[in-house]
Amino acid sequence: MKTFPIGGIHPSDCKEYSKGAAIEQFPIPATVTIPLSQHIGAPAVACVAKGDKVLVGQVIANAGGFVSSPIHSSVSGTVVAVEPKADAQGNMKPTITIAVEGDEWMESIDRSEAVVKNINLTKEEIIAKVSEMGIVGMGGATFPTHVKLSVPAGKKAECLIINAVECEPYLTADYRVMLEQGDKLIVGARILAKAIGVDKIYIGIENNKPDAIAHLRKLAAVYVEVEIVPLKMRYPQGGEKQLIAAVTGREVPSGGLPIDVGAVVQNVGTALAVYEAVMKNKPLFERVVTVTGSRLASPKNLLVRIGTPMSALIEYCGGMENVGKVVAGGPMMGRAVSNVDAPVTKGTSGVLLIPTEESLRKVEGSCIRCAKCVEACPMGLEPYLLNSLTQLGDYEALEAHYMADCIECGCCTFSCPSYLPLLDWVRIGKAEVMKRIRERAMAKK
Amino acid sequence: METQKLVVSPAPHVHGSNDTRRMMGDVLIALMPALVVSVLVYGLQPLVVTAFSVACCVLVEWFVQRFMLKGPSTLGDMSAIVTGVLLAFNLPANIPLGLVAIAAVVSIGIGKMTYGGLGKNPFNPALVGRVFLLIAFPVAMTTFPEAAGAVTGATPLAMAKEALKAGVPVSEVMQNVDLGAMSLGMKSGSMGEISVVALLIGFAWLLFRKVISWHIPVCILGTMALFSTITYVIAPEEFMSPLFHLLSGGAVLGAVFMATDYVTSPMTKKGMVIYAVGIGIITMLIRLWGPYPEGMSFAILIMNSVVPLIDKYVRPRRFGAVRTKK
Repeated sequence: MKTFPIGGIHPSDCKEYSKGAAIEQFPIPATVTIPLSQHIGAPAVACVAKGDKVLVGQVIANAGGFVSSPIHSSVSGTVVAVEPKADAQGNMKPTITIAVEGDEWMESIDRSEAVVKNINLTKEEIIAKVSEMGIVGMGGATFPTHVKLSVPAGKKAECLIINAVECEPYLTADYRVMLEQGDKLIVGARILAKAIGVDKIYIGIENNKPDAIAHLRKLAAVYVEVEIVPLKMRYPQGGEKQLIAAVTGREVPSGGLPIDVGAVVQNVGTALAVYEAVMKNKPLFERVVTVTGSRLASPKNLLVRIGTPMSALIEYCGGMENVGKVVAGGPMMGRAVSNVDAPVTKGTSGVLLIPTEESLRKVEGSCIRCAKCVEACPMGLEPYLLNSLTQLGDYEALEAHYMADCIECGCCTFSCPSYLPLLDWVRIGKAEVMKRIRERAMAKK
Repeated sequence: METQKLVVSPAPHVHGSNDTRRMMGDVLIALMPALVVSVLVYGLQPLVVTAFSVACCVLVEWFVQRFMLKGPSTLGDMSAIVTGVLLAFNLPANIPLGLVAIAAVVSIGIGKMTYGGLGKNPFNPALVGRVFLLIAFPVAMTTFPEAAGAVTGATPLAMAKEALKAGVPVSEVMQNVDLGAMSLGMKSGSMGEISVVALLIGFAWLLFRKVISWHIPVCILGTMALFSTITYVIAPEEFMSPLFHLLSGGAVLGAVFMATDYVTSPMTKKGMVIYAVGIGIITMLIRLWGPYPEGMSFAILIMNSVVPLIDKYVRPRRFGAVRTKK
């Protein structure tokens, strides 16, 4: 069975808590707080003001540039504030707060249940639609999808890879989408393939989801261009570079982009959002969020309107009893939350509750040179060395040891028997090295 | 929702089951079969020496850490216990306990703590202690008790070396050697090295628990086998057979437990192979042409000193390292 070539770890997948829970519509809250920057790139610019009435799906902020994305209202009601509010980490970020009145959708949105399969739009029309509907990568990186679909001149896409790996432990949102909305997902994938002009679609799924593999195989049987690729379970298989290598055997060169090896990768949630955007005219204003944890009373997969406070989801699933840490996303790459009242955004794939006794790190020992981090690094780097070089402040050596290749997957910290915070130091070093690389590039211009 | 204090730290938020303590514990478990055989062959003396050696090593580490380095206790990682057992395994069962205490001071005090403790020492601490005794007290270190079932008090390697030097052909030397009994532990030698079978059981445990990889042990033993096969084929009456070399002396103990010490071995698989081949070659050079019958300890210490160089030049295979130039 296929997998990526080097490194990787096997964390226990912990998906049993929520994998059996069918996607459930989360009740619309009384108010929503919608951040203007829910994507990588320039923040969106608000186009409504306090007192304005808005409908579900109405544009409330326009894209702030090419690498940016518009924001749509997830509820109907009255705008009560356009002001900075604390995000999940407590940083003040521009937001729009809307008091909910009813649930009135824009008339342009097709709310029928019928699955539309015929793709009539041209390439350009699809990309324009995806941009207009505010679609961003929903695996967590939130890169605006229309940018990724615009293949640069001189490069040629050869295949589309749908990232159905969901290699983060605990998360089951993509898994539930595959089981419950597999037909829409496949149409979404075909739309994406048309947008980049390829006739080969791979859907990479890890073998811990045999039912999803079987289900999508059955649905995809009528489309010759769609191939389901089962992958051997291993973290970080859902990393873009790892997934491309696992599926096609090609390695994105150091410093390069997926398109350099002819691949475009899109996540399951993104493909579903693209289907809804293109076929149903529905902007991205709700998403599936896994709310889970080993002690949580009732872990669930919820369809949540963007802007709903995370605390509401937690309350709905069993509350904060004995919780020491809340993570937005999965346990390997997700971010710890200090403000649970912060809203769900386009990139929130999960809300993970970690029990108090598991939330503190263990005391770090000294490096015993066991080389477990070197073995685990999927990029073939030497985390122990990057750790020391960062502490020494030797940024030139860091760059020479390919610091810029780090994907921050956390395999090194996970596998260190001395509990060294390797990735913490590596992130610090990487930030400085990237800054130096940017400065050099600027100086050259 | 009422406010509640939450822990905020960077990802990852989960940790693997890997733990220094657990790995050291696995090494101790892996050493147990060899200790059992040693007790069967030599009686209770190996237990006494091992316990005393462990006690001395722990005491020295505690003392240095507490009064000289003035840091928090480091005994929790159990590495001092492992060093204590390995040191005892490299000594004859009838060694005077005073020498064990000296070896413990040299191993932990000089071999490990002077560099700053676990993870910083360039040389395998147990071997530093053993080699110190071997040079300072050669007689005590090469006099072995009569083992139950062993042919003589000399190790097979020493016996063969003497005989071959005196011009006795290999076929005649082999008349006094029972390779089957040797592999089980019916031979003279340091208390932990005698039973190749018991050591290999320990090796299997370490592999099963993923504490070490196969690279270092297999490459050392493979190199020794290849080296001795060549000499054996060229002059079968002057050089002992490869099987004799693998089953005698500290070959397996050294390859599985001493050379694989994390701190003093390379960080990459490729580096491990280079290091292991080096140990294999140096061991055979000493065994065949050197002044000592056994060369494993010296070979490991010599290659320990090359590890920083290996780590500098042998890098792991990098993802996407191909064709980045235009």
